[in-house]
Amino acid sequence: MANPGGGTVCNGKLHNHQKQSNGSQSGNHKRNRIIRETQQNAKPYFYNKPFVESFEEVPMYAAIFTYLCYGIGTLFGYLRDFLRNHGIEKCSMAVERKEQKDFVPLYQDFENFYKRNIYMRIRDNWNRPICSVPGPTFDVMERVSDDYNWTFKFTGRIIQDVINVGSYNYLGFAENSNESLTTVRNVLKKYGVGMCSSRQEMGNTDKHEELEELVAQFLGVEAAMVFGMGFATNSMNIPALVGKGCLILSDELNHTSIILGARLSKATIRTFKHNNMQSLEKLLREAVIYGQPRSRRAWKKILILVEGIYSMEGSIVRLPEIIALKKKYKAYLYLDEAHSIGSLGPRGQGVVDYFGMDPYDVDVLMGTFTKSFGAAGGYIAGRKDLVDYLRVYSHGAVYATSMSAPIAEQTIRSMKSLMGLDGTTNGIQRIRQLAQNTRYFRNRLNEMGFIIYGNQESPVIPLLLYLPSKVAS
Amino acid sequence: MALHNPGSSLPSAMAMVGEQWVLVEMVQALYEAPAYHLILEGILILWIIRLLFSKTYKLQERSDLTAKEKEELIEEWQPEPLVPPVSKDHPALNYNIVSGPPGHKIVVNGKECINFASFNFLGLLDNSRVKEAALASLKKYGVGTCGPRGFYGTFDVHLELEERLAKFMETEEAIIYSYGFATIASAIPAYSKRGDIIFVDRAACFAIQKGLQASRSDIKVFEHNDIAHLEYLLKEQEIEDQKNPRKARVTRRFIVVEGLYMNTGSICPLPELVKLKYKYKARIFLEESLSFGVLGEHGRGVTEHFGINIDDIDLISANMENSLASIGGFCCGRSFVIDHQRLSGQGYCFSASLPPLLAAAAIEALNIMEENPDIFQVLRKKCKQIHKALQGTYGLRVVGESFSPAFHLQLEESTGSRENDIKLLQRIVDQCMNRNIALTQAHYLEKEEKSLPPPSIRIVVTVEQTDKELDKAASTIKEAAQSILN
Repeated sequence: MANPGGGTVCNGKLHNHQKQSNGSQSGNHKRNRIIRETQQNAKPYFYNKPFVESFEEVPMYAAIFTYLCYGIGTLFGYLRDFLRNHGIEKCSMAVERKEQKDFVPLYQDFENFYKRNIYMRIRDNWNRPICSVPGPTFDVMERVSDDYNWTFKFTGRIIQDVINVGSYNYLGFAENSNESLTTVRNVLKKYGVGMCSSRQEMGNTDKHEELEELVAQFLGVEAAMVFGMGFATNSMNIPALVGKGCLILSDELNHTSIILGARLSKATIRTFKHNNMQSLEKLLREAVIYGQPRSRRAWKKILILVEGIYSMEGSIVRLPEIIALKKKYKAYLYLDEAHSIGSLGPRGQGVVDYFGMDPYDVDVLMGTFTKSFGAAGGYIAGRKDLVDYLRVYSHGAVYATSMSAPIAEQTIRSMKSLMGLDGTTNGIQRIRQLAQNTRYFRNRLNEMGFIIYGNQESPVIPLLLYLPSKVAS
Repeated sequence: MALHNPGSSLPSAMAMVGEQWVLVEMVQALYEAPAYHLILEGILILWIIRLLFSKTYKLQERSDLTAKEKEELIEEWQPEPLVPPVSKDHPALNYNIVSGPPGHKIVVNGKECINFASFNFLGLLDNSRVKEAALASLKKYGVGTCGPRGFYGTFDVHLELEERLAKFMETEEAIIYSYGFATIASAIPAYSKRGDIIFVDRAACFAIQKGLQASRSDIKVFEHNDIAHLEYLLKEQEIEDQKNPRKARVTRRFIVVEGLYMNTGSICPLPELVKLKYKYKARIFLEESLSFGVLGEHGRGVTEHFGINIDDIDLISANMENSLASIGGFCCGRSFVIDHQRLSGQGYCFSASLPPLLAAAAIEALNIMEENPDIFQVLRKKCKQIHKALQGTYGLRVVGESFSPAFHLQLEESTGSRENDIKLLQRIVDQCMNRNIALTQAHYLEKEEKSLPPPSIRIVVTVEQTDKELDKAASTIKEAAQSILN
């Protein structure tokens, strides 16, 4: 969420929950000593640097006020609905056609209650249109509303050079300078914009092949396949990998696209508590020992769905522990690196690089190009037989249009820059700068007393404001 | 003794005395009972107390598995491999590699061919004006938007494109998605939830099927373009409703059809559908990916083709990847319907917005469509031409309307196995490719489709194909069919 100005200054207690990591408790120096010991004993170690995540508890008075605020909002909502229904207050909402008045109503009254009464009043915060490249600063179009946010009018003025902490432009590749976009311009002139066909039919160009090789090289795996939309990558490929008779263990705070893919696959879904390894292990044990719920047959396969960085909490997945668990219980791991690819790790190769693990340990590496690479689309990478299977059986390969060529070129150029293949150290500098900025910003926010969630190293920083009216102001 | 005395206190006192007397008798009886009797009663009481306090146990609980057995089970369990192996010469594994733009003259696997496979109906893929507009947008906005629509991913280009589309289609509002497949697959579940009823055509495309699956509603399939069957199903539903009017009052009904069907090339009978809509109170969702920019005097699709008021259709969804030669999709209709998707359309809220250069390309393509309304007539003429030319091909029959730019060639007599049919058709395609005509088979996911269409070659007509090229294509296909299927 953007614009952290004017939030509540919190005097609450800062519980730095240093979550269970191989049994060590508080005290950095103590932790390091323990880790070093296990290293010397050649036992498997989990973390070679401190893993600090904090989810601070909300102070009591803030919680009370927030509930009160929502309660009052709901009461007023009922009152306004009553007035609107009886014609005392003018209703500016769109209504059903006269000819279709006797149809079953399209929306249930209660479905839209939240939207009508609470969302409408503060919806000025979202969907703000901008009119420049979403770089470190951008231009926002000014808009006003005469009727309390039911309709907006653009005044025609543009607020220039607004500092951008809202776009997912981690490495700053969303730029429009002439030299950096030369190759993209050339590809656009040569290939045009559209593709008009699916990958299996006539939509597979040499640009796609080049991009896929580059992605595989970047991640250090055998092969990769790219798709035109990040959201659709999840919803089209998870059903291709698992089906009926399989079990999906998904983190409770997974993204909608993962949940949609899991639901469309018709497999059984069980959720484990967010980033909680005991919960995951309990579910795994139960699944392997007891099998399917009523028939007690063994599960065909078990797939664990997690994300690299969770965009709403800012937490990083506990990858080493999950890999240890998956090896013990012979499950498969699907890692969605939408936010972590390019932004974590010394070489920008994502959460696998951050923890120093072997990319082949993760069975399916998925990610998107929208955030760190300033393009659009998604990829799935892993072993060659996985990618070959997806080339034949993925919904996206057969029915969905392939990625546009200039977008592919943008990804190619930013990935080459990150890997240093363009001959400069530009890429590494960007990664280092991002890590520095993240630490600095988090430290400053902590000093100023805000409540922020998430891992110390995560560039996604949820800043909690609690009261909806504060959000609006 | 004192029964005849008035006064309320006396009977109660009498009762108390009576009670006391009964209690005394009981205690006396206790003293006088034999010892064994007392002991037995005592043991019984203690047993009952013990049972009351002991833990309950479930019959089915597998607490009989010891820890060792559990570890053994964990060791022994072997899952299936993550993916089954795919043979190296699977027909779908080796993609055609296109070097260069997939435009009118396409270079496939090193060979330059005339493109009869990409859905580039209006030839806008290679159009210089479209490319210029995209370049200008690239200069101003860069490539990606780095955010969903709600978090500073809304650019003025998106708003402009939505306005233009709404104006072009003569509806109140339009909403754009960043991917064509996700458009209808997100639109249907935004309105139709568990418990609602959807009537869908049997030949609906895969994206619609995924939308239906995600919505968890009751799906009732009617035979392809069979209005009588649809009416029968609707009547059946009406009878059900009369049995349970309370439930019927909250169950929404939808009819989902396509303008021009991708799988069969036929057109939906929209006037009859609108009549059924008002008779049985069901809403119509129309998917116009193949008919937008093709049918109608100005290219507005099947509603203009039949002359139907566009407000009669509740939602029109189309993708911009065919006629507009860009990427993405849009839905248009009345604000009452479309505005709901801004908070409930999953592919809209939870996905990054369309890159501005693609939106600018689509706007320029719309400009071209509005300035040259005669290209639609030209396109339809070419479709009719090749449709006629391909009639009478040996062993193949033409499936699809004569004015549909994407139609199919199916085998008249199947060999009996789908795999062999596919191989046969592939040989025809390969021979045509060798003679510089780029064709493709229609690809499907055999295990996932609800009703799998027969294998076919899909031919796409574009405005850029000259008469000579159309004739050449027709004759090449005929020769190939003759030599291979004979």
